[in-house]
Amino acid sequence: MAGAVGTLSDATFDEEIGSATTPVLVDFWAEWCGPCKMIAPILEEIADEKGDAIKIAKLNVDEAADIARRFEVMSIPTMILFKDGEEAKRIIGAKPKQALLDDLAEFL
Amino acid sequence: MSDIRDVIIIGSGPAGLTAAIYSARANMAPLVLEGEPSSTSDQPGGQLMLTTDVENYPGFPDGVMGPELMQNFRNQALRFGAQIETVKATKVDFSARPFGVWVGDPDTAEPTYRANSIIVSTGAQSLMLGLPKENELVGHGLSTCATCDGFFFRDKEIAVVGGGDSAIEEASFLTRFASKVTIIHRRDEFRASKIMQQRAFDNPKIEIMWDTVVEEYLGEGQIAGLKLRNVQTDEVNDVQFSGVFVAIGHKPNTSLFAGQLDMKDNGYLITKPDSSYTNVEGVFACGDVQDDIYRQAVTASGSGCMAALDAERWLEDQHG
Repeated sequence: MAGAVGTLSDATFDEEIGSATTPVLVDFWAEWCGPCKMIAPILEEIADEKGDAIKIAKLNVDEAADIARRFEVMSIPTMILFKDGEEAKRIIGAKPKQALLDDLAEFL
Repeated sequence: MSDIRDVIIIGSGPAGLTAAIYSARANMAPLVLEGEPSSTSDQPGGQLMLTTDVENYPGFPDGVMGPELMQNFRNQALRFGAQIETVKATKVDFSARPFGVWVGDPDTAEPTYRANSIIVSTGAQSLMLGLPKENELVGHGLSTCATCDGFFFRDKEIAVVGGGDSAIEEASFLTRFASKVTIIHRRDEFRASKIMQQRAFDNPKIEIMWDTVVEEYLGEGQIAGLKLRNVQTDEVNDVQFSGVFVAIGHKPNTSLFAGQLDMKDNGYLITKPDSSYTNVEGVFACGDVQDDIYRQAVTASGSGCMAALDAERWLEDQHG
């Protein structure tokens, strides 16, 4: 379903990332993180515009602490792009939309 | 050529959004350039976006979350018709009226927006230490946002550099997660308020290293510790920390206005006494960008109201 921002959990992460046919950008976020809230609408826009090339999914680090620990996420927002199930790119910190698109250009 | 607006507000913290609420209610159709997302305090909503509980903003007896408070400010401004754009001003021209404000490429001949009056509320942002490797270590154990990153230092030993209210607030907050928090302060007493100091002294997880400065970040690609020097004895020690949080003060976001608006030596904008007037007629300043004394959300908000009323009255006088 191109366009929507999905949600990942400890239970679904491996399955969803492993079986994805397009790159998946996972947004590690939490309720109490101001900058995370600033980028949420930007990621929705990117999902809407680039949904055919890239999937976007949110992962709440409070609820999916195991996954956050496995990928040594130490700062949020962190966005990790998985291609063929492997980490291909990591973006740390909130950024304007164009800067995010520039970071992701090679995958779009 | 772009339309000429009544007022453009640059900045979207408590000052800018209060100015937006007042000027929108006065039918001035304000345009707010709210800035762009970042992980520092230089972002839409301002410094409160990087805090958790705000306990001293009147009207919230049980406290309120910083980001939630700013979302409320924003919604209130939108409700009265303020236009808010998530962009950063890159250049201003206050030399002629209407004033010009650029967004994006600052070298274009024509400004992006023009207005008869401008309210400057760009605030201040956290200072960093300015040591080598700083940029590459941010997000890898070095943090500018305790509320964002504290969670990831559960049961770890971390350091907070600074001695003011914000340093102690961060240290206290971080003890929720960390096994031990060391406050590193260059003097032998805190600048912080008495109530905050007591909070630090009473917290068994907080240790204080007085008279100590950071010489170097240790670690490659990941913070491993700090090289510390005692300023009394000149003794140098490498101390291991899993995380380092810097809270050494703020600098005003005024580089955009260099050469156009009068500033103090420390970069804060100068406003005329008991008003929000700057040295340029029609340009008003409010909030932390012109306040190096109080620096509170509620004082910023109050001065935002002053700026909106000043701008409204000034515009009325122009139309005479």
